[in-house]
Amino acid sequence: MKENTIDHSHAAAIFNKDVERVNWHDQTLWFVRSKRDKSAHAIPEWEALRDTASKIKFNVLSNMHHYLQEFEAKAKENGIIVHWAADGAEHNKIVHSIIAKHGVTQMVKSKSMLTEECHLNDYLADNGIEVIDSDLGEFIVQLRKEPPSHIVLPAIHLKKEDVSNTFHEHLHTEKGNNDPQYLTEAARQELRNTFLTRKIALTGVNFAVAETGEFVVCTNEGNADMGAHLADVHIACMGFEKLVPERKHLGVFLRLLARSATGQPITTFSSHFKKPREGQEMHIVIVDNGRSTQLGREEFRNSLKCIRCGACMNTCPVYRRSGGHSYHNAVAGPIGSILAPNLDMKKNADLPFASTLCGSCTNVCPVKIDIHDQLYKWRQVLVKEGYTPSSKTMAMKGMSAVLANPTVFKIAGKAGRFVIKNMPFMVNNSMNAWYNQREMPAPPEESFREWYAKRAKESKDKK
Amino acid sequence: MSSRDSILNKIKSNQPTDLNELPSLSFLGLDKIDVIETYKTVLKGIGGFCEEVNSIEEVKAYIATHYPTAKRIITTIPEFGDIAETDWTNDDPHSLANVDLSIVTAHFGVAENSGLWVTDGILGQRVSPFIAQYLSIIVNKKDILPTMQQAYERIGNLDYGFGTFIAGPSKTADIEQSLVLGAHGARGLVVFLMN
Repeated sequence: MKENTIDHSHAAAIFNKDVERVNWHDQTLWFVRSKRDKSAHAIPEWEALRDTASKIKFNVLSNMHHYLQEFEAKAKENGIIVHWAADGAEHNKIVHSIIAKHGVTQMVKSKSMLTEECHLNDYLADNGIEVIDSDLGEFIVQLRKEPPSHIVLPAIHLKKEDVSNTFHEHLHTEKGNNDPQYLTEAARQELRNTFLTRKIALTGVNFAVAETGEFVVCTNEGNADMGAHLADVHIACMGFEKLVPERKHLGVFLRLLARSATGQPITTFSSHFKKPREGQEMHIVIVDNGRSTQLGREEFRNSLKCIRCGACMNTCPVYRRSGGHSYHNAVAGPIGSILAPNLDMKKNADLPFASTLCGSCTNVCPVKIDIHDQLYKWRQVLVKEGYTPSSKTMAMKGMSAVLANPTVFKIAGKAGRFVIKNMPFMVNNSMNAWYNQREMPAPPEESFREWYAKRAKESKDKK
Repeated sequence: MSSRDSILNKIKSNQPTDLNELPSLSFLGLDKIDVIETYKTVLKGIGGFCEEVNSIEEVKAYIATHYPTAKRIITTIPEFGDIAETDWTNDDPHSLANVDLSIVTAHFGVAENSGLWVTDGILGQRVSPFIAQYLSIIVNKKDILPTMQQAYERIGNLDYGFGTFIAGPSKTADIEQSLVLGAHGARGLVVFLMN
């Protein structure tokens, strides 16, 4: 999977070439958002739940040092082997060392955005380990050698015809059979064999409980459980922010997660792993990879409350019309655009600008992260640190010089009106992005100041 | 320094200096609902079937009618010993690959999402509700709780190795948002509400 290095606006422009498909993508995600609304509105105490969840996570952030050690101690007591990884590279090495220790070359994996973030699959492939992603959406994009375009709906950018073609090529399904039932059954048969033959299964973690040392994995398909309960070794990878203090707090988050994600009342399976089954080996890899840095950025700290429901993506007008791949980051959309600059400011400097700051993300976030405020704040940081394109900085500096001086402003206004009226080609050309899919209004005959001066003169003359 | 210690040190120096209080949960989950009706409606909405029964015999009759072709049925409930295998709990979990129907009991159910709480103690094997083609779960009607709030109050600090809430049959909508039942786990779920 090659890294997409095109910046968001250019990638979005390419995505937007197929108008019909963009409209379909937009409507599909809005449909998911609508289901979220219906589900949320059916819970009278929805806002109280969001508020409580946000406060619980706020407590976790302020007591992370203690909770992590509590979690580690309990997990060890439960017979789980705990590892710590400072960054993606260390995480990948740890996972590989466990696999290598058991002398196997194949692993089945359920959905884990953390392993996407760390590029685990590429690392393992380079080391001769074959990984099969077992979530249907991830299985589809893996066959196509694409990254997931959405954290909850990995193949949301694809139409059933695309899936049918991919399965025909790799699983030899009937050509042209686009029936989702038929295609899902084909994947079920294929992956069942995978589950039954893999000695090692890797899963993500939705929540980890400090009080008990258990972790919870949520799926609809049952793929995490099929993998974990059949394998000799279960590896669970988690960013350290997945912690909740006590078991009872799971109730709050499980009520919010699936409703926010897809509008379901809960995922089909909410599996609590506390101890390895008899004869099984269970590992937890706790990963930092920039999270402790983000914890220290007061303005962006709240982004660590995220429970990866994807609601901010489904509602985002920019995400819906630019697609997940445009964000060139494991987590796309509004929340991804806050998390990504923390991982690599230079590479992801474009992302906080991929937003209209409309605030819809903040309104749907189940843990009340001030997403659009943080996007705005990242812009300030990125400009200050010199990570924005010089064309933008120059334009802003020019604008600020014009707006700061009344005489310059007057002359610039006059010149602008003259140019738009008499030499439109000077501004309306391919060099000026403002004219992409946009027409400027007709220039007024006179400026407000001119009009005001004239009016004052006229009323004086009347007297 | 180990990664563990360096991560923990960095967290300690970067986390907020003041501890933010944990909120109380006692005011949650108090909305009045018709627990059984809600349970049934939600379960239907997510693709499960619900049968109200008065006895084990009624469950057996239902299974005989609805799964006439089932070749291998497993259970952990001794009363089903005449129609299902009960001696598989110490076998290699892979040997359950050909199970058509698994019958288990649940500790309790949750009305707001139709989830049923099961633990390895009553599953026999952790994989048993996932690997079977179809799943039947029996739960006492009086053990249906309103929300997840009550669910975790009920679980309390009970010990288990593995526990899961099962809400409906396994499903996916990963192909163009079209709902398909039977992704990797059970293709169908019948919940027997025992009076």
